Amino acid sequence: MNKARVFVTLKEGVLDPQGTTVKHALDSLGFAGVEDVRIGKFMEISLKESSPDKAKEMVTAMCRKLLANTVIEDYRVEIE
Amino acid sequence: MKFGIVVFPGSNCDHDCYHVTRHVLEQDASFIWHKEERVSGFDCLILPGGFSYGDYLRTGAIAKFSPVMAAVRDFAENGGAVIGICNGFQILLEAGLLPGAMKRNDSLKFICKDVWLRVESSSNLFTSRLEKGEAIRVPIAHADGNYYVDDATLKQLNESGQVVFRYADSRGLVDPEHNPNGSRENIAGIINEKGNVLGMMPHPERCSEAILGNEDGRRIFESIVSRF
Repeated sequence: MNKARVFVTLKEGVLDPQGTTVKHALDSLGFAGVEDVRIGKFMEISLKESSPDKAKEMVTAMCRKLLANTVIEDYRVEIE
Repeated sequence: MKFGIVVFPGSNCDHDCYHVTRHVLEQDASFIWHKEERVSGFDCLILPGGFSYGDYLRTGAIAKFSPVMAAVRDFAENGGAVIGICNGFQILLEAGLLPGAMKRNDSLKFICKDVWLRVESSSNLFTSRLEKGEAIRVPIAHADGNYYVDDATLKQLNESGQVVFRYADSRGLVDPEHNPNGSRENIAGIINEKGNVLGMMPHPERCSEAILGNEDGRRIFESIVSRF
């Protein structure tokens, strides 16, 4: 069995309205020097597949098809 | 003519669309459950507003895999008229039938209010009863209507006249102040290159009767009816 961790974030260059709002909140709380905040999604997927390579391939296909909208989002897959 | 109104789990403007097409315009109309794998006998399909699949993951992301969507795609590819309103527009984007994607409104708020739209094109089957450059008043109701498209595609949309509606003031003046959600260049509605698939965030079905105090939306449905 493999566990996959999937991170989906808005692409660089796509303005992130949630990230911008959180950055302003951090600024006003006095956390100095916050340059940028990007908000995304984190998913954990448990798989029966025992080969890490095959698991990664499968989850990458999931990202392309459903988990991320590649028009505006990037994804990163980690297998543990 | 006959309208087909696609119903996904979580659609909630389906009956409004049925009411307008069936009772106000007095056309034939019926619902199409999302499990249907074939659609036939329809002149125009409506993907209504709502919260298909609870907006889980992303708006429209799961609805695009409903069995009916393959049939909607075939219908559109064969030149059939398809209009996606609000969540229906989001589904058309996710399905790749229209370019771009929706982000969360830049205010992060769900916005429900009347807005003015500048009609940018009246040479397509959805807006022939409107005048290019005029302003119409139509309500919006969404949290994810912040239309994003990359620079190259935006240029193409503009050059080929595919932007149909922009958020504007009551005189039809388009400026950042009247952009309710952060959409690129105030875009509220676009059409595909072939001119048979329209997506718009505002709800024309909510302003199609005098008793509701606003009939601007009816002219969009009347444009469609006039073609069949």
